[in-house]
Amino acid sequence: MTETAFLLNGTPVRIAGGSPTRTLLEYLREDKSLCGTKEGCNEGDCGACTVMVTDANGPKALNACILFLPQLHGKAVRTVEGISGPNGELHPVQSEMIAHHGSQCGFCTPGFIASMATAHTQGRTDHDTTLAGNLCRCTGYAPIIRAAIAASTTPIPDWMHTDKVILSAEISSEGSGEADSLPGAFHPRNSDDLADWYVKNPTATLIAGATDVGLWVTKQLRDLGQVAFLNAVTDLQQIEHSPGQLHIGAAVTIAQLREALLPLHPSFAEMLRRYASEQIRNAATIGGNIANGSPIGDGPPALIALGATLHLRKGDEIRTIPLESFFIEYRKQDRHPGEFVAGITIPSTAPNLRCYKLTKRFDQDISAVLGCFNITTESGQITAARIAFGGMAGIPKRATHVENAILNKPFTFETLQAALPRFTQDFQPLTDMRASATYRLTTAQNLLIRYFHDLAGTKTNVLEVAL
Amino acid sequence: MTMGKPLPHDSAPLHVTGQARYLDDIPLPANTLHAAFGLSTCAHGTITAIDLSAVRAASGVIKVYSAADFAEMPDCSPSTHDEPLLATGTVHHAGQPVFLVIADTHLNARKAARLGAVTYAELPALLTVDQALAANSRFEQGPIIWAKGDAAHAIATAPQIIEGTVEVGGQEHFYLEGQIAAAIPQEDGVHIYSSTQHPTEIQHKVAHALHLPMSAVRVETRRMGGGFGGKESQGNALAIACAIAANDLNKPCKMRYDRDDDMMITGKRHDLRITYRAGIDAEGRILGLDFIHLVRCGWAQDLSLAVADRAMLHADNCYHLPDVRIESHRLKTNTQSATAYRGFGGPQGIIGIERVIDHIAHTLKKDPNEIRKLNYYRAADLTGPGTGHRTGSTYSPANSAPQTTPYFMEVEDFIGQDIHDALEKSSNYAARRAEITAWNSTNPILKRGIAFTPVKFGISFTLTWLNQAGALVHVYQDGSIHLNHGGTEMGQGLNQKVAQVAASVFGVDTSQIKITATDTAKVPNTSATAASSGADMNGMAAQNACEIIRQRMADFLSDKLGSQANEIRFENGEMRAGGQTFPFAQVVAWAYQARISLSSTGFYATPKINWDRVKGQGRPFLYFAYGAAVTEVVIDTLTGENRILRTDILHDAGTSLNPALDIGQVEGAYVQGAGWLTTEELVWNAKGGLTTHAPSTYKIPACSDRPPIFNVALWDKPNREDTVGKSKAVGEPPFNLGVSAFLALSDAIAACGDGTRYPGLDAPATPERILAAVQAQRHV
Repeated sequence: MTETAFLLNGTPVRIAGGSPTRTLLEYLREDKSLCGTKEGCNEGDCGACTVMVTDANGPKALNACILFLPQLHGKAVRTVEGISGPNGELHPVQSEMIAHHGSQCGFCTPGFIASMATAHTQGRTDHDTTLAGNLCRCTGYAPIIRAAIAASTTPIPDWMHTDKVILSAEISSEGSGEADSLPGAFHPRNSDDLADWYVKNPTATLIAGATDVGLWVTKQLRDLGQVAFLNAVTDLQQIEHSPGQLHIGAAVTIAQLREALLPLHPSFAEMLRRYASEQIRNAATIGGNIANGSPIGDGPPALIALGATLHLRKGDEIRTIPLESFFIEYRKQDRHPGEFVAGITIPSTAPNLRCYKLTKRFDQDISAVLGCFNITTESGQITAARIAFGGMAGIPKRATHVENAILNKPFTFETLQAALPRFTQDFQPLTDMRASATYRLTTAQNLLIRYFHDLAGTKTNVLEVAL
Repeated sequence: MTMGKPLPHDSAPLHVTGQARYLDDIPLPANTLHAAFGLSTCAHGTITAIDLSAVRAASGVIKVYSAADFAEMPDCSPSTHDEPLLATGTVHHAGQPVFLVIADTHLNARKAARLGAVTYAELPALLTVDQALAANSRFEQGPIIWAKGDAAHAIATAPQIIEGTVEVGGQEHFYLEGQIAAAIPQEDGVHIYSSTQHPTEIQHKVAHALHLPMSAVRVETRRMGGGFGGKESQGNALAIACAIAANDLNKPCKMRYDRDDDMMITGKRHDLRITYRAGIDAEGRILGLDFIHLVRCGWAQDLSLAVADRAMLHADNCYHLPDVRIESHRLKTNTQSATAYRGFGGPQGIIGIERVIDHIAHTLKKDPNEIRKLNYYRAADLTGPGTGHRTGSTYSPANSAPQTTPYFMEVEDFIGQDIHDALEKSSNYAARRAEITAWNSTNPILKRGIAFTPVKFGISFTLTWLNQAGALVHVYQDGSIHLNHGGTEMGQGLNQKVAQVAASVFGVDTSQIKITATDTAKVPNTSATAASSGADMNGMAAQNACEIIRQRMADFLSDKLGSQANEIRFENGEMRAGGQTFPFAQVVAWAYQARISLSSTGFYATPKINWDRVKGQGRPFLYFAYGAAVTEVVIDTLTGENRILRTDILHDAGTSLNPALDIGQVEGAYVQGAGWLTTEELVWNAKGGLTTHAPSTYKIPACSDRPPIFNVALWDKPNREDTVGKSKAVGEPPFNLGVSAFLALSDAIAACGDGTRYPGLDAPATPERILAAVQAQRHV
């Protein structure tokens, strides 16, 4: 691909040359004088840069500060300026924000407008979730939510429907799918393309959602060298159901995964509701979450507890391993040069799976501890136990000593209580800015206690208490 | 009258469409340069070598400055000459600017700033108040002590003594728009754009750095993307850096901190340790009280003395303390220089006394509100002799004379008891407390808690001379009105309030008043928009200017009509005199042709105040603003997770100038205050490096952290002092209501124990601290 082409507020733009890791935010503010979109943190945590991006799957909110221009190829972008109508008509979320006093300093407001307009277009009313990735320091959020509620009953303005139509006419017919490269950037069309190229270029950086790689550029100021953008690799974006199993492509976003898991693994899906923010979940992929190897990524512990298998591909070879064996030690994974994460397979039922995420703040916070429990019982006896934690070691890790201590024992409070000392054999956690080692170890143990109470139907979740 | 109308923020239509222009959105000349600081990685040390060759060689770099480039290092301090722009020989905190890069782009400047090779000979770093106290590292000679009566004797002879300690964390402002400034060289001076609450301070510091008279420096501020006190002094360094580069290189220069740099460099709310010792009677009356404040001020003085003073000035909150002693240590540490933050020490003072009240109640096994009612200031009888009101039949001098604060100011306007009674009732406090107790007895894992806290907040700058403001009003010949005042807009809706004041004077619609950027060339010698004083002072100054012009117009019209000027009324865009009405614009046009001046300055100096900070005596405040909140929470005793379930607030904004904006301030301040005491945790490592320097690690409240049930109402009774429209300041006072969330968490923790051990929770009450406190209750 020799150029990146997308719709910007309804008008086609084509960008040729330049760095493949230039962000949409820089482009909007520096080249297009579209200064409504703001930089608040430059790391995808504050949402002041939120824009609405529409593709074949519909509209979604994304953070422009960690969105590289080539990721937008064939898509449609609406900034706050384009959420107003072509003749300056206010979108309902804009007029309700005025009416409900939803802006004070106004700096976060364009990002809120983009998130609210996207949710409005999607017909969503789970405002606390759709706005969890937008920080406001002035209002205390109450008037913003009043505005979102008021706007939710208004029709979608005509101009918000046009992106998909113009998109297919103007952009998608050309460009998308071409495998020509910008200097230093490769755009595979499918996983065969990718596999072929990556074997030959094993030191390149693969970019799917860029929610972590983006920070290498904006915060570490790294030059990534050779990169491949996976946004056109649609065969890695599939979720396939087969009897008893779910196969999830590596490029499936966390948002898509959450939707697929909601009917099957509700506790996992609820944990994913608190995985970063709407904007990040719309970009981040499960393959990226795994391949990244972070000890505090939220996907792997839950998947390990489920008994997921991981599919790695190198050239034409596919290697399948239990997910937990992929993580060797801190930042070291069982991945060969030129090999990439192609997908995972998980069981479609696990009625006793529970995922508990502990953070300082409920939404959009990185886990201090993530505990995932999947205990199977037959006639009151524990016949299988998969317990995995994030934040407790240098890798996502199973609590094997704890598992062994409870296996083949009756599923009782006493059994679990007796296993608690085993946690110290499984984990020697660190102290950092998120929590102390003592807190981590204590709560890891207490989460096993919670699990018992939770399955017994005792109230254990502060999020479920309402007056 | 447009005063009192719940109009939206004047910029709201611009905010929601992305058209509101912040400093970084202003188009600057194409040759504008960009600046970035290279930061110290050492908390305290001597610079032994600086190698900036890689910085100079980096792409796009135009110039690099370090201490060696200055014969006299420019100073950035707002208070005393102790903040060099760049470190000179010694670094005093990790994150201190050591060198300055000027490059062609923002990104190139940032990249180059990472390439400096600076070596340090490390010196012992004082990071905690204990270390600083042990080293006697402090500002001022020794602790400041204010006393009323004989606290030691009162405590010693009291039936019971309650004592304890509470650690109170700091707070990052996290204004969404980071620090930013730009300088454009002029033919004989410099024009500065700054995201600042204090344009005059920027002007003063830039003039000093460039050895120019203040008249050669013009500073302009249209709006900030949030301030909260963090832009009172912390923008100085950026403006000075840009001015120096612009002056030196004769090109415009802009500087914008990346978020991580912003949090590493700039000051935050002062954290402190409060130790208390209270002597009480059997019912819970405080007979004597001794406070010690250990305030961590960081490496430079900045505004710390005034902040620590205000913490002392609020150590009483709503309670009459007959015998009291407050000892305040302003400790100098190798951390960011703590600075102004909404409340300016007041919240730190208030949390101390609210903790004492709560501790007393727990010890006596009473509802804390019973203890509050016993200790509240007496409501002064406003009908007594000398009050200007007819003496009521119940008047008796013995129980109606105002009681005095620990600093001997008479509390003449106490309405705390009335607000208490009204809120206790509207929030259904008593019934809910009973219901919570029942709920807790049937829930082993989750526990709920509830707390009521009041606020009394003193309004006026404690540096008396700062209590002045100016305005400049022009009425143009078409009847449109242009207004400037000394205040800055940071989201609080100040311009809308001032426009409402001006529109009321002229009897025109608010939309007819155009307020443009705050500009030192329009209104000189302004005070910071701080201390909640923006509308109080600038509203009065604007009113004064408008009244001068109105008087001239009235005089003119009465001359023209031959009637008395005082019969002329300004209403609905018209002037009415003796049965005739004239469009406002028509009279303006006539007045212009008659060569009547239609422009005026206005001025305001806050009356009645006097303050001797050395003795700790006087009347530092014109009046107090009051309020109260009830917060209910739930905690998880296995993990410390917690959330707010409901908040009810009744807040005193006097006769509100704009109830919509005021309620917005109350809601926002409460959530920010609750964030300070719950999720917002600043963590420094053992070497003094701040490890929470981005929103990924520093957690301000998110959307779902607001109370799901949030009932906010205004008290809405006139200020007894003669303020603009009888309103009261509203920016800071409701911030203190967040204390109710903290004490509600403490209440929920106490429900885990047998009542013998006070939870003694420290702030911020993170899940980790809550879990530790729960475990302490259960292991009794």
